[in-house]
Amino acid sequence: MKIVIINYGAGNIQSIKFAFERLGYEAVLSQDEAEIKTADKIIFPGVGEASSAMRMLRKSRLDTLIPQLTQPVLGICLGMQLMCHSSEEGNTTGLGIFDVDVVKFSNKVKVPQIGWNEITNLKTGLFKGVTEKDHIYLVHSFYAPLSKETIATSEYELPYSAALAKDNFYGVQFHPEKSSLVGEKILMNFLSIK
Amino acid sequence: MMAKILTLKIQIRVLAKRIIPCLDIKDGRTVKGINFVDLRDAGDPVELAEIYSKEGADELVFLDISATEQKRKTLAELVYHVAEKVNIPFTVGGGISSVEDVDILLHNGADKVSINSSAVKNPQLINDLVAKFGSQCIVVAIDAKEIDGEWNVHLVGGKVPTEIRLFEWAKEVEERGAGEILFTSMNHDGTKNGFANEALAKLSSEVNIPIIASGGAGNIQHFADTFIEGKADAALAASVFHFKEIEIKELKKELRKKGIPVRL
Repeated sequence: MKIVIINYGAGNIQSIKFAFERLGYEAVLSQDEAEIKTADKIIFPGVGEASSAMRMLRKSRLDTLIPQLTQPVLGICLGMQLMCHSSEEGNTTGLGIFDVDVVKFSNKVKVPQIGWNEITNLKTGLFKGVTEKDHIYLVHSFYAPLSKETIATSEYELPYSAALAKDNFYGVQFHPEKSSLVGEKILMNFLSIK
Repeated sequence: MMAKILTLKIQIRVLAKRIIPCLDIKDGRTVKGINFVDLRDAGDPVELAEIYSKEGADELVFLDISATEQKRKTLAELVYHVAEKVNIPFTVGGGISSVEDVDILLHNGADKVSINSSAVKNPQLINDLVAKFGSQCIVVAIDAKEIDGEWNVHLVGGKVPTEIRLFEWAKEVEERGAGEILFTSMNHDGTKNGFANEALAKLSSEVNIPIIASGGAGNIQHFADTFIEGKADAALAASVFHFKEIEIKELKKELRKKGIPVRL
């Protein structure tokens, strides 16, 4: 199985590569169109700021490539947020895969949310074998509100999308590569999606 | 009105309070006597990190106290090996003083870095790091000591006093974009008499970023107290874990019994 982690200069992607290695899979980092197109599974990572990440995607034309992919794609953290319609962070448009607008938590709660939170209302094979209220690790200041594409819910200031899915596209707000055994289960589930 | 109060409580209850063992590192090895019978090599930080993560630690902090010229390279190698093996987040601190230092550590797989004295000497460093890497990976560690009712920031592992007030500095750190504050009370550190809960609660009410409590852990009740009275988001300790005076699994079970949200 060929796993490609899209490398567009955003954040700590080494951890994702290591997570797959611990599971017994080799993942390659690439921003090459041909390489990405021939992958069986694609990881779209992202740590950092939304509008500058979008600029990097546009520069390498990944903004047009990613929405056209037909294999299973998993966006992680900012990657998931960039797959949405827009983000309040730097007021940027996103890739428009998920029909939801990313907004910031208010100052009623500590921002960023850092730590282990529960996921509930789990849907799709991505969460096969994961128990309701299992904990996953998150670090974020912006969130995708609940929508018809929500496949997992977390609650901080309010219930929001911990994961989204549409067709072959999946996005998780949390870091499966840092979420201990639960995260490993989710990564394995992603690899078995057809 | 009642319904509102109830929802507020639920919101606070879901994000788990974090338990963070801290490992002191010198020349790529863990220091301080570490009492783990099941360790093959008590000086190997990677092996210790794996054990802590299996026992249920929520995060790890590696504090590099070596001062050799090789330091940067050795630390980067260590970070790489920890990232390879460990499936929970970890923070690296100790002598980090530039954007380049942080770049190397994050690229080798660290999730966060913690800066201390270098931020006090050059507060702009916080802004520069946040601009380049984002708030989420920049922790500012503050060592402070209370003398005659005033908390002052101390440098170099708490050895050098400054005129800087703890709460003013904490606010500045937040304004400059830090993602978290790791607060160590020099009055409590090493005493095993509990955390500085009054100061911690005040920090939590004055800044709106997560606070990690450090210094004073001696028993399970101290952790419960710092989460409830001290309103801490996370608690860090070293020797009580290294000497197995407190086992993380047991600690978290007890905290849950007391109604404190933890990840089991």
